[in-house]
Amino acid sequence: MRRMRRFQAAAAATLIGLILSASPALACGGLIGPNGAVNLLRTTTFAGYHAGVEHYVTSFEFAGGGGAFGSITPLPGIPSSVERGGDWTLQRLIRETDLESDLLLARAAAPAEAGADVEILLETTIDALDITVLKGGGDAVGTWAAAQGFRLPPDAPEVLDFYASRSPIFLAAAFDADAAAERGQAIGDGTPVHVTIPTPDPWVPLRILGLGKSGAERVEADVYLLTDRQPAMLPQPAGDGLFLDHSAAATRSLLDDLRSDAGMEWIPASAWLSKVRIDTAASDLRYDLAIDASGQSTPSRLAAGLDLPGIADTATDDPSFRALLLVALMLIAGGVGLVAMPVTTSRARG
Amino acid sequence: MRSGGQRLLVGLLLASPVVSGCAGAAASSNVEIVARYSRFEPSSVTVKAGRPVHFVLRNEDPIDHEWIVGDESVHAEHRAGTETAHGDRGTEQSIPALGDGRFTLTFDVPGRYAFACHLPGHEAYGMVGTIIVTEG
Repeated sequence: MRRMRRFQAAAAATLIGLILSASPALACGGLIGPNGAVNLLRTTTFAGYHAGVEHYVTSFEFAGGGGAFGSITPLPGIPSSVERGGDWTLQRLIRETDLESDLLLARAAAPAEAGADVEILLETTIDALDITVLKGGGDAVGTWAAAQGFRLPPDAPEVLDFYASRSPIFLAAAFDADAAAERGQAIGDGTPVHVTIPTPDPWVPLRILGLGKSGAERVEADVYLLTDRQPAMLPQPAGDGLFLDHSAAATRSLLDDLRSDAGMEWIPASAWLSKVRIDTAASDLRYDLAIDASGQSTPSRLAAGLDLPGIADTATDDPSFRALLLVALMLIAGGVGLVAMPVTTSRARG
Repeated sequence: MRSGGQRLLVGLLLASPVVSGCAGAAASSNVEIVARYSRFEPSSVTVKAGRPVHFVLRNEDPIDHEWIVGDESVHAEHRAGTETAHGDRGTEQSIPALGDGRFTLTFDVPGRYAFACHLPGHEAYGMVGTIIVTEG
């Protein structure tokens, strides 16, 4: 069981933001169509953490096609609000570190009991997105998703348990492509969603980026971290699937631009910007990204998914250091998550 | 989810010439196969030819699975098939999420018979196994 973590006042000075963006080729993830084909649903997410509150800004992008699609995003805590996000935060971060990227790329881009039912914590609708925040174990969340008409890929049971054992909070977003088309949304249009999550224990979900992919398929994504100081990460982005493409003090212009977007007033006056590139086979992506921006360089093995709940994690035993741990965030190349599709049991035997 | 009584598919007639619905006086055996994290456990089962085998398939996943056993032609047919559910043939079983299935088969001809889940992506993910039928 994960230990309770107290976020101290010192943490108020710390902030981390992160965004994952997918390159166009990998912008699809875990979405399964009625015929078993993968449907493109691009999702980009930014997460910032300040004063014990994590901010996620995720863009659910209309990638064409019809019917309903969905994604599930593991969250480190229970959101206090889910609302429409700002319009340029994600694009601005990508532009900051990847000058060669064009706008299309920018746009593209407490454990639960196993058998318990899910608890619906929040429901809201933003544009063509029906969003539900739920709490439950992997089996319960999977059962709930199926009841909503989504079909989970075969790796979903293990992946959902992987997350539920550490934080049984998930954000499910059902996207009605037909409704989006009726609203006049064109391919490439995104709906930004800002999720505010008070939590002492942020982390960045990476493993879910591989959901629904075969073992040999590549997972490619960019993760942007904005912290008060240069962060330590686990696993270290030093190759073997994780690469540190950018690490420098954030420019004043970037911070000013981010702060001027809707709901981003919390962006601090100074911060450190890191960009972690993920490029690995789906079968090798069995971890998340733990971040320690406290200066102690001791990111949590538990937060990285390298240790199971209940196993001592000496790296995070010190609450003062934990308090400084910041952010987590993610974005799913193709999906913050995973999932779904209206259930159409086309199956074997003709 | 089916009731226990409905799951008891004893004596199902099978299309395959190497398998028959149970019965007879031959000693029977029991086999339980669990589906968890989209894998079959055990993935290899050995039974004797001509003897009824009482199968229990237990699905511990929150997603549906199926269990299809037969030769390559059977699997090829199911990979491209469109049947939404199984159960009318003993060698073709749908196993609902967090549910189970019970049935009896008798393998008449010794050999190796692959079993797999042919729901989209499941076989490729590794949801396969083998029944080894030895001389009775």
